[in-house]
Amino acid sequence: MKQQSNLRKQTPSQTVGPFFAYGLTPRQYSYPFKPVMENNLVTSGVSGEHITIRGRIFDGEDIPIADALIEIWQADSFGALDHASKGQGNSAKDTIGFKGFGRCGTGSKEPGTFTFQTIKPGIIAGSSAPWISVTVFMRGLLSHVFTRIYFSDEAKKNQKDDLLSSVPADRRNTMIAERTVENNCVYYDFTIYMQGDRETVFLDV
Amino acid sequence: MTEDLDYKRDWTVHPPLIHPPYKSTLSRGPTKPLMPVRQSLLENSAPAYGNEVLGKLDADLTLNGRMNGEPLGERIIVKGRVRDEENRPVRNTLLEIWQANSAGRYIHLIDQHQAPLDPNFFGGGRTITDDDGYYEFLTIRPGAYPWGNHPNAWRPPHIHFSLFGLSFTQRLITQMYFPGDPLLDLDPIFQGTPMAARDLLISEFSIKDTKPDYALAYIFNITLRGRNATPWENQS
Ligand SMILES: [Fe+3]
Repeated sequence: MKQQSNLRKQTPSQTVGPFFAYGLTPRQYSYPFKPVMENNLVTSGVSGEHITIRGRIFDGEDIPIADALIEIWQADSFGALDHASKGQGNSAKDTIGFKGFGRCGTGSKEPGTFTFQTIKPGIIAGSSAPWISVTVFMRGLLSHVFTRIYFSDEAKKNQKDDLLSSVPADRRNTMIAERTVENNCVYYDFTIYMQGDRETVFLDV
Repeated sequence: MTEDLDYKRDWTVHPPLIHPPYKSTLSRGPTKPLMPVRQSLLENSAPAYGNEVLGKLDADLTLNGRMNGEPLGERIIVKGRVRDEENRPVRNTLLEIWQANSAGRYIHLIDQHQAPLDPNFFGGGRTITDDDGYYEFLTIRPGAYPWGNHPNAWRPPHIHFSLFGLSFTQRLITQMYFPGDPLLDLDPIFQGTPMAARDLLISEFSIKDTKPDYALAYIFNITLRGRNATPWENQS
């Protein structure tokens, strides 16, 4: 942690509130404002395994949360990132047209659900297993929280992962999405519990 | 990259995950300690969105929702500079805002507040910071609105801000408030912020930046978390 006293103070976080949809996810909620990013991260030409993440999110009383905003950030299938500092010496192989960032509100369909169409990421440098980074905002949350999506079909690699192995064994599965294949489509089911016995592991990122 | 080189979220400025006076935090804020993790390449990078994502009127909320005339209310300029903890400008980063209209009503379908919608005001906008981290919006001063947290609860007028920065750890969603507002002392959301950091959420009136005969100006400067250099930068 940086300790210098001459640092500027970070601007405090505030809740996203219940009314973010027309500003942040307008097309998903049918508002007339062109979105910058959505829950579909892929176009047909993007290489890699195309997957759908089916998510659900619950509060401490097991009530689905219908006014949360979920964002994901991930590498492409080669483990490369299309990031903001690029053009400064990055020669990594990456997928043209794959941004790796998506956003979905949890109130436009069945309350408390979200989906992402994306590709299964490759493994980024310095890491043992593939994962997707997840940010969670909602009414009733004054500061956002982070978690990760790991993949159930990567059990061997998951075992070697620094973070997963540092998490108590009985909580690891809160960050592992369950793979199913239906009609040739690959789905990963991922449930976020804000509180309770099954509380998701949230990260001090 | 070792852990002690990471810039951390400063919990002396950010609100806690559970703040009982703001009731819905009680069932939504995580109760277990956040798990420490070494920031990886992924957390130290962020998606790139540039001017190509902007529509022509995106930064002018007095224009981008017009149907048949001008929006009602007090026109204001909201501008400022985005920097990181080390005072480095955060350049070319996406900044999104949304807000209620001058009567305190959101265009959002679930907002049932009995105040009029304005057919000429949408309330959403976005821009990209310039090479020195500066941004500017033209909008309408939002009204206060009631909410269900406790009897006679009113949100002070505010504008919601969302910023990306250049690394995933810089992501910030916050709210900008107005100086001298008596509702600030009564608002559990604003009051959830540690006392010493509350002023950072209040914009500053600026006569200097006011456009004569047109719009008052408020300055809202934003500081994002510091950012570690990415390995790509180290290589070059
Ligand atoms: Fe609001």
